[in-house]
Amino acid sequence: MSFFEAKEISKRFGGLMAVGGVSFQVERGEIFGLIGPNGSGKTTIFNLINQYFPLTGGDIFFKDKSIKDLKTYKICHLGIGRTFQVVKPLKRMTVLENVVASAFCRVNTFKEAQKLALEMLDFCNLLSDKDKSAASLPIAGRKRLEITRALATKPELLLLDETAAGLNPGELDEAIELIQRIRDRGVTIIIVEHIMKVIMTISDRIHAINYGQTIAEGTPEEVANDKEVIKAYLGEESYA
Amino acid sequence: MKRNQVIPAIVTLAFILFPLVVRSPYYQHLVILALMWVVIGGSWNLLAGYTGQVSFGHAVFFGTGAYTAGIFASKLGISAWWGMLFGGFTGALVGLLIGWICFRLRGPYFALATIAAGEIFRLIATNWESLTDGMVGILIIQTFRSKLPYYYLALALAAASLLVFEVVMKSKLGFYFVSIREDQDAAESLGINATLYKNISLLISSFFTGMAGAFYMNYMAFIDPEVVFSLHYISIMAILVGIIGGVATIWGPAVGAFIMIGVQETFRSALFGLAPKWTSESHVLVFGLLVIFVILFMANGVVGDWPKIKRLFVRSR
Repeated sequence: MSFFEAKEISKRFGGLMAVGGVSFQVERGEIFGLIGPNGSGKTTIFNLINQYFPLTGGDIFFKDKSIKDLKTYKICHLGIGRTFQVVKPLKRMTVLENVVASAFCRVNTFKEAQKLALEMLDFCNLLSDKDKSAASLPIAGRKRLEITRALATKPELLLLDETAAGLNPGELDEAIELIQRIRDRGVTIIIVEHIMKVIMTISDRIHAINYGQTIAEGTPEEVANDKEVIKAYLGEESYA
Repeated sequence: MKRNQVIPAIVTLAFILFPLVVRSPYYQHLVILALMWVVIGGSWNLLAGYTGQVSFGHAVFFGTGAYTAGIFASKLGISAWWGMLFGGFTGALVGLLIGWICFRLRGPYFALATIAAGEIFRLIATNWESLTDGMVGILIIQTFRSKLPYYYLALALAAASLLVFEVVMKSKLGFYFVSIREDQDAAESLGINATLYKNISLLISSFFTGMAGAFYMNYMAFIDPEVVFSLHYISIMAILVGIIGGVATIWGPAVGAFIMIGVQETFRSALFGLAPKWTSESHVLVFGLLVIFVILFMANGVVGDWPKIKRLFVRSR
């Protein structure tokens, strides 16, 4: 069995099948990209993995154990961390306090939590901003804070939801470098991303979906040259 | 660091010496009430200010504590002082019951449910005459004629509650409470069991409020449902103490308690007898104006906006 497996997962919102039977496996240590046009169901898949929504059908396995009936906080304790596309900083807390709060997932005393938090802030190059209020951070900092906070819960699998969206080219390179360093720590990553530069550079394998259905899976080159993928992104007649 | 310790030391000393210096029972009485409100306001603030679960029904816990002590004395013949301890536990038990039902919901449902709970408990206390003596109320005999023992008890209770809130807010619990207030979805994804920690916050809050209620029974020696389960004298007052002093600050409710007792007494006594008697009815109106003023100009309360207030005076000089 694999490290992480989504088996025929589906989600229906009333009459809309947002995700209709998507399956994929992720191996330990991999960076697994999830792509698709707007509204194709990428974020919904993340919300299904951490049980923000209950599944309509299918099952999800993490280290050979089904996690589909667990609560969101429980999934974090199991070792799956996530970031949000629409960042959710704890605004009236400082950057450090944000990370300390999440570090308490693994340790119980303030001293240990602070130590872990500072370590993570340093790792993500946010240490100089630690005493600023989370609300005052610019978007790049907020995205970075999301990652730092998720890392402080010591995940084995990290779900990154469009952490590069809205960044300028310089920030983009830093983001790519950070994601690679996270992988080097031994954290497996599933990443949803729109910016092709990011996803094509860092992913080991890519899974493409459209209208909640799988259209392709493979290495970045394979997926980039796949007819279905090109059609989904560029339209019917314009594939090169 | 040193200055940080000097001011609390002076304040503590002042409170310890106060009843020895000021012998007037009237002023001692006011400070005893204010100290009791420090406990209730702080409890409300822990739940509403820090955890973001606004309660309009702290009278439920206050009244439950008061009636626990009262029923101990009047029905069971056990000293009402035992009620001081048990009042906290019964308050917390009621808190758990409400939290267990309401905290699965998000949004304003908890706040709405606490208003309903307050009315339910008032009606139960009014109508269950075999237990509570209904509208007649419960009258016990005060243990001490002097106010001193009550004063020091209230002071100890206030100090203990502040200490507990301070310790809690610097621990894992405190960080979790604030995380839940700021964003429950983010909190859950960071491994925080929001329902559990909301209940823990409510538990601590209702425990201290219940103890304050039991203290009130012992001190005032008379309670009836209209007083201890009152929406406006207890539940709303708890909110005012928190808001005026400063929501989500440790010292805010403590300062707020003294301000509110001061304002209430000033107007209840018709400006200490200087104004016509009918003005004594105006204290509710004044509370309303005070809230409007605080929300408009000092949204973080006296303690939260202290730097702003200080600046105002320094500049005008």
